[in-house]
Amino acid sequence: MHHKVVVVGGNRIPFAKAGGPYAQASSHDMLTATLDGLVARTGLAGERIGEVAGGAVLKHPNDFNLTREAVLSSALAPETPACDLQQACATGLETTMYLANKIALGQLESGIAAGVDSASDAPIAVSDPLRRILLEASRARTAKQRFAAFARIRPRHLAPLAPRVAEPRTGLSMGEHQAVTTTRWGITREEQDGLAAASHHRLAAAWDRGFFDDLVTPYLRVAKDAILRPDTSVERLAALKPAFGGPDGTMTAGNSTALSDGAAAVLLATEEWAAAHHLTPWARVVDAEVAAVDHPAGADLLLAPVGATGRLLARQGLTVDDIDLFEIHEAFASTVLATLAAWRDEDYCRGLGLDGAIGEIDRARLNVTGSSLAVGHPFAATGARIVPTLAKLLHERGPGSRGLISVCAAGGQGVVAILEAV
Amino acid sequence: MSALEKAFYSPVGRKVAAKAGLAEPPRLRRGRTFPQGAIVLAPLGPSTLVAETLALLGRAHESPVVDDGDEAPGYGDRIGALVVDATDARTVSELEGLRAVLRPAVRGIERAGRIVVVARPGGGGGWEADAVARALDGINRTVAKELRGGATSTLVYAHEGATPGDLVSTLGFVLQGRSAFVDGQAWHVRPAAVAAAALDARPLDGRVCVVTGAARGIGAAIVRTLARDGAVIVAVDVPAAGEGLAAVANEVGGTALQLDITADDAGARIAAHVAARGARIHAMVHNAGITRDKILVNTDAARWGSVVDVNLAAQMRINDVLLDPATEGGMADQGRIVGVASTSGLAGNKGQTNYAASKAGVAGLVISMAPDLAARGITANAVAPGFIETDMTARIPFVQREVFRRSNSLSQGGSPVDVAETIGYLVDPASQGVTGQVIRVCGQNLVGA
Ligand SMILES: NC(=O)c1ccc[n+]([C@@H]2O[C@H](COP(=O)([O-])OP(=O)(O)OC[C@H]3O[C@@H](n4cnc5c(N)ncnc54)[C@H](O)[C@@H]3O)[C@@H](O)[C@H]2O)c1
Repeated sequence: MHHKVVVVGGNRIPFAKAGGPYAQASSHDMLTATLDGLVARTGLAGERIGEVAGGAVLKHPNDFNLTREAVLSSALAPETPACDLQQACATGLETTMYLANKIALGQLESGIAAGVDSASDAPIAVSDPLRRILLEASRARTAKQRFAAFARIRPRHLAPLAPRVAEPRTGLSMGEHQAVTTTRWGITREEQDGLAAASHHRLAAAWDRGFFDDLVTPYLRVAKDAILRPDTSVERLAALKPAFGGPDGTMTAGNSTALSDGAAAVLLATEEWAAAHHLTPWARVVDAEVAAVDHPAGADLLLAPVGATGRLLARQGLTVDDIDLFEIHEAFASTVLATLAAWRDEDYCRGLGLDGAIGEIDRARLNVTGSSLAVGHPFAATGARIVPTLAKLLHERGPGSRGLISVCAAGGQGVVAILEAV
Repeated sequence: MSALEKAFYSPVGRKVAAKAGLAEPPRLRRGRTFPQGAIVLAPLGPSTLVAETLALLGRAHESPVVDDGDEAPGYGDRIGALVVDATDARTVSELEGLRAVLRPAVRGIERAGRIVVVARPGGGGGWEADAVARALDGINRTVAKELRGGATSTLVYAHEGATPGDLVSTLGFVLQGRSAFVDGQAWHVRPAAVAAAALDARPLDGRVCVVTGAARGIGAAIVRTLARDGAVIVAVDVPAAGEGLAAVANEVGGTALQLDITADDAGARIAAHVAARGARIHAMVHNAGITRDKILVNTDAARWGSVVDVNLAAQMRINDVLLDPATEGGMADQGRIVGVASTSGLAGNKGQTNYAASKAGVAGLVISMAPDLAARGITANAVAPGFIETDMTARIPFVQREVFRRSNSLSQGGSPVDVAETIGYLVDPASQGVTGQVIRVCGQNLVGA
């Protein structure tokens, strides 16, 4: 990279369960509030930012220019351009890399990467037969023709279709896919519940120490992550019924992420721009890689980041021992545990074309302020939540500290990135 | 609004209220506006101090009508203000000169006009001079109560050696609409090392001003007012108030700092925020405050502690950090510290021992700090709001609220901007000679010192 790209701040609104406090808020509203919070924290009101890149996984057709419209509603200068990107659950990390790359190439001096999702306000489609009848009726020239078209509507046509979270090529939902992975890698219920409980406890501790005071701005009177259960325990989680993998499944609502609403944003810039705007760089963006696996042929849907991690570390001449902090997105507790198992697995890694196992890591360095199980996972927002969180954590540890982010995504894909404190 | 409140403000309700003697309150003049009518200058002796100050303000003045016969003479057109230079007055007999100019002026003053008396403070001039200085205070308070239509009266004690440049910000503030809700008050102006040459419309241009409790109410108004005067705003409030805080900060192009002022490192975090911007603090406005009302017999340690900590102890800890010259991003020399007290604190208020302790404490604090900070040119003052229309006072039950609202000489609650403008005056670099003062912004509330 030619220009050093630094993370100088971030903001998100507290995340909440779908159908909860943000049930009436649109993605536009949440993204606008998130941008405004970032602008206020960094003193950028009226400023023209190089570019804002955002996105949502669940998107209404009217939201084709979601990010640009949010910019226009925000306190940023209306001359700030924006675009929408989408890389499923890795959208917020992909938008970060899209802007980081432009900054590195000298095309931009500053950018805001963002992601937002509302599972509450998910677009509802009408059934295909109904859609065809409606189109035909709208083309009708006479009342009689129109009536004839409407007469063909049957009650079964009227059931709304919520967006499916199933993989188009396998027909399996993400949870069902992960259940296969969980079994394949022998991940136990105890391990999953332990990881989930730790996520809640670590997130609660971070809130208590004021860690999020400059990372989160309250929204609609919600001041803290609403999914967080500080008092949850392995025992309490153990009581939950399986949600995926049949009656003997080990995956429950407690160790799987909840459908969530929320938005997050990252401010990226050159060091010069940061200095000129009196902002302290937290960490630089070192490198990133996006990867995919052949899940229709049976590969683990959510383990695509493993290959990317191995190649990225090799390219940077690093091993896991050179990484101080790891952020592995908790799509499911078992996704994180399977990822760690895969990192340790010599054969699996060689099968991906790596030179050997990625390695074993100390769990004390993983998701140290909790992750998606406790925070929630508004799909596109998660990457943009993790980047500033990790950047700030690395900055607290001091210059040279490195962190690795791994985010799995639908379609058998994933994005991995490395940050280093400055 | 309660049903009672709605009925009270309905057209019928208004008529009934008017019959009961509850007239529509006068409309106050606000902002950087001078009175419409002529400014009348009445020197009681050879002093030209006030005349020169008016010249710095760029305001023409006219001669007073003097009441020297049986028939009280009147002004043809209504006058905008009467400014009396009483700095030569030392004897009781000279007070008659004041009466003689006040009588026609009080009768002939326009709505929201101003009576201002500039005099020497007591002390050092002998017994009679001290009696006169205090007599002026009694006159000022009484005139304020008798004036109608939103006109106010103010007494300025100009110390020996204070120049027109030292007085210009004070006289400008008092004459302008910025002082709308300051009535019947008296405060001191001392000679300062750096005197101003004129009234600046953007006195805070580029200066960093930190305002706590900025997310709403009076704090948000302070932010807007100081920003209008050119300040670079750092808006502080608790993280839970972040949404409102962000809106306020963005409105003025400032920065939002989500911070509980009672945190141990609050002062350090404010300083770090300012240091990152390569600046030092011109003004620190301690506005954040809470109430936890209960009569004393029901006040436990928790209610006591939280109010005293937020309203008083926290700002003392923050001041300590910011006043250390070694602190990067701390107070600049010639800086300004402003505390927000309360008339409830000065007068005492049933159910508010904790609050009164904290707010009277703020007054005591700035009075004590002022001389110690004088060497660095840093001033420390407080404002003591009376009844101001905000979320805090909206929680008071309607009937009680209506009583509080009207129990002052201007028959209405103040606006947050009235407190903000007074703070703007205190943090003006030209107000260097104003320190250790507690200015009530209460419309001359019936309670309070
Ligand atoms: N409203 C009145 O009539 C009146 C009268 C006299 C004095 N005052 C004083 O004026 C000040 C502002 O009053 P208001 O009416 O705007 O009140 P308000 O309650 O509307 O606003 C006070 C603000 O202070 C913030 N705050 C509280 N604790 C804080 C903390 N620990 N750290 C940071 N911020 C904190 C609150 O979040 C809030 O935004 C207070 O000090 C109050 O005591 C008000």
